[in-house]
Amino acid sequence: MELHALTIHALQDLLAKGEISSLELTRSVLDRIDAVEDKVRAYITLDRNNALAQAEGADEQRKRGEGGSLCGIPLSIKDVLCTKGLRTTAGSKILEPFIPPYDATVIEKLRVEGAVILGKASMDEFAMGSANENCAYGVPKNPWNLAHVCGGSSGGSAASVAADECIASLGSDTGGSIRQPASHCGIVGIKPTYGRVSRFGLLAYASSLDQVGPLTKDVRDAAIMLKAISGYDPRDSTSVNQPVPDYTAALGADLNGLTIGIPKEYFGAGLDPEVEQAVRKGIGLLTEAGAKTVEISLPHTEYGVAAYYIIAPAEASSNLARYDGVRYGFRDHDQHELLEMYRHSRSQGFGEEVKRRIIIGTYALSSGYYDAYYKKASQVRTLIVQDYAKAFSQCDLLVSPVTPAPAWKIGEKIDDPLSVYLSDILTICTNLAGLPGMSVPCGMSSSGLPIGLQLQASHFAEEKIFRAAYALEQRLDLAGKKPM
Amino acid sequence: MEFETVIGLEVHAQLKTKSKIFCGCTTAFGNPPNTNTCPVCLGMPGVLPVLNKTVVEYAMKMALATNCAIGPMNQFARKNYFYPDLPKGYQISQFDLPIAEHGWVEVEAGGKTRRIGLTRIHMEEDAGKLIHDEREPKSYVDLNRTGVPLIEIVSEPDIRSPEEAAAYLRKLHAILRYLDICDGNMQEGSFRCDANISLRPVGQKEFGTRTELKNMNSFKNVQKALEFEVRRQRDRLLDGEKITQETLLWDADRNVTNAMRSKEEAHDYRYFPDPDLVPVVITEAWIEAIRATLPELPDDRKRRFVQQLGLPEDDAAVLTSSRELADYFEAAYARYPNAKKLGNWLMTELMRLMKGEEALDISQCPVTPENLAALLAMIDAGTISGKIAKTVFEEMMVSGKDPETVVKEKGLVQMSDQGEIMAIVKEIIAANPEQAQQFREGKTKVMGFFVGQLMKQTGGKANPGLANELFVKALGE
Ligand SMILES: [Zn+2]
Repeated sequence: MELHALTIHALQDLLAKGEISSLELTRSVLDRIDAVEDKVRAYITLDRNNALAQAEGADEQRKRGEGGSLCGIPLSIKDVLCTKGLRTTAGSKILEPFIPPYDATVIEKLRVEGAVILGKASMDEFAMGSANENCAYGVPKNPWNLAHVCGGSSGGSAASVAADECIASLGSDTGGSIRQPASHCGIVGIKPTYGRVSRFGLLAYASSLDQVGPLTKDVRDAAIMLKAISGYDPRDSTSVNQPVPDYTAALGADLNGLTIGIPKEYFGAGLDPEVEQAVRKGIGLLTEAGAKTVEISLPHTEYGVAAYYIIAPAEASSNLARYDGVRYGFRDHDQHELLEMYRHSRSQGFGEEVKRRIIIGTYALSSGYYDAYYKKASQVRTLIVQDYAKAFSQCDLLVSPVTPAPAWKIGEKIDDPLSVYLSDILTICTNLAGLPGMSVPCGMSSSGLPIGLQLQASHFAEEKIFRAAYALEQRLDLAGKKPM
Repeated sequence: MEFETVIGLEVHAQLKTKSKIFCGCTTAFGNPPNTNTCPVCLGMPGVLPVLNKTVVEYAMKMALATNCAIGPMNQFARKNYFYPDLPKGYQISQFDLPIAEHGWVEVEAGGKTRRIGLTRIHMEEDAGKLIHDEREPKSYVDLNRTGVPLIEIVSEPDIRSPEEAAAYLRKLHAILRYLDICDGNMQEGSFRCDANISLRPVGQKEFGTRTELKNMNSFKNVQKALEFEVRRQRDRLLDGEKITQETLLWDADRNVTNAMRSKEEAHDYRYFPDPDLVPVVITEAWIEAIRATLPELPDDRKRRFVQQLGLPEDDAAVLTSSRELADYFEAAYARYPNAKKLGNWLMTELMRLMKGEEALDISQCPVTPENLAALLAMIDAGTISGKIAKTVFEEMMVSGKDPETVVKEKGLVQMSDQGEIMAIVKEIIAANPEQAQQFREGKTKVMGFFVGQLMKQTGGKANPGLANELFVKALGE
């Protein structure tokens, strides 16, 4: 296999033995990008020269006997994370041109570990979307079938990993934005517990839901990446001061003593039979590995989408107010009156979906409507948290599909935002409750599109997720299956 | 018809923390525009606020000093509106869970002491400043002030006159200064006030329609603006007209209020809890630790000045109206333990020369408390007369020199040598035989004339006590 097709841990072995250099590896990935990027369109910004320089630096570090867990590993970064000196767009025209003078905390951490940053991956504008079709810089394609969406909002991250245009990637997940594209692209994606990873330098969409996490080629890589980016950050008051375990230590042979809950609400009407079949098969493999199963009810799941599409837009309407054309980013210079300048700059700078959510959020917070919408949604959120608390008193993990169906065709749902919103039903409650959740591949549809299995756990119980995901991965014969 | 005035005040006080409320930038005033800034207070993409704990502690101090109940659970909320001085498009403030509620302060006005209720105190960040270019239609933004911590202190509508409003403000101002948590500079905007005012017929329970007054940047302006508004509202009501609920700006040059354009006040702030900041839990132990750091407050100090130092109520009230003045008084008192006399000097001579509100910042006074005490002791010792002392004091205020030096340099030592004075006394009697005759005939009032002549000839240096005595003696001869 070529270098760009390998995993972090496989490459670390080769790098450690001196069989390859990071420069060779990075060149291999850049060659791969040259070969397939025209079709996939996973990147918004490619930082070719800098990537090679970082690779050389990593090789020198390694020679000196230094270098961290990601030394010399080329990564793509969702364009929602600030990278010092490298254009950051959040998939939006409104930031054009914005070159951050600072790194996000997770980027600092990756640099400390010696990672090579290739460039910025495509995404739905301000992480609002489930297909990566809301991007001002083009729509990335699903590497398994270029006519299909790659999922969103971390679509570019997922596509770049699946197409071997990087070794691994960082994304962000507000309502499923890591897990859903990971599922659609046949890779591993984990959304950590809220507070596990710093949000400093992550362009906020919905602050109480956003969390940064890795998208990788296998479970072990996800464990390596998550350890690298986790930890308390004094610059983020919502990050939690709790030790970061070595997640790779959780990867073991069996699942003896583990109880997995099967939430019946996640297997309801509207679930594609092929998806259900693949997930049920995955559950079978988990029980073979030693896990016990128990049926669970999460009765308020059905209200998750409604609550999410009030809370997230409400926070977004406020978070995106800073993009006003005054200090940085896009401004309509033809306007000379303040209100007109605001109006025109924001109307032209933001895309349709972002404007839609700003309007919904503004409305939901307006005086006279706050109680009926935002407050009610917050109450639903509490009920969902209680559902989960009850569930996790009976089981260690919840197993379910990630999405009701495999990736749809590009353009198929572009005029039907509501059906796109509803497709988020299986991932949204995880964020509302601040829990960790992962998508791990569990099969393929008859049309050749990947299907993911979702694992959710209680707060800071990522190790259980890794344990189960690894056991499943070991028992499935998907490894080495490549889309293109 | 008789009307009752109903006033409620909102005070914004900048807290004297070294750094801003949500980032590490300095709060120093007067630096070049946009130099006290960082990505956080500039509202750059992806940055997050981190609460400065000192802000909470300062707010707790004010809460305790004004008899408030401190909320165990504090939440910050976002107040959303667009303006170029507000980089994030929202101000981080507090909404339904403020740090303190249900307090009160005692205020003396019009010979009465009344308790004015405080609805709440909450913490928030200040906005930046717009600077308008007069020559071209351009505005510039200075974000140095963005994120400077504020507390907003909201009173109940308990205030019944403009005079009482001014007294209430002076009380809050004094407390903030005593606590050393706000520099109280109204010109620089570190102590700002907005007022709500309405009238109602005496005896009526319901409030009348209120107007909001803004842009009053001194105690005097607050009182004047409120007095203007009382007259304006009364005139309208007596004419049978209605009061419009609106925001008015005080124009201190023309002494009138003007309505703000309605567009500027039509806001729906869409408050909601700020998801970037976790709630601040305030424990009893924390409250007690802060309470232990509280200094003696104005009311307590005034009581002590009355009870221990024997000062009259009014004198004690003036002398404790600012922490610096009271500190100054006590430092001088330590060397000159005649409270009444010292107090009089401070309130008449010193305040006459320092003028008005400057006297509140007596720490800038060129005369040290030690030198003032020395000056008063020189009067008591007869070294100089009370009248000469005033001249000496004026010189001390200019040069900052100690009184002994001033007296020596100017040759102002009191003449107390009997022989020396007697020689002059005799000369005066000889030169004024008519008045001498009158005195001898029993018209003792002429004594004033003789003493006056003596003071004139000695430049006021003759010991006034001796003067009388020597004239009587000389005239009797
Ligand atoms: Zn700052």
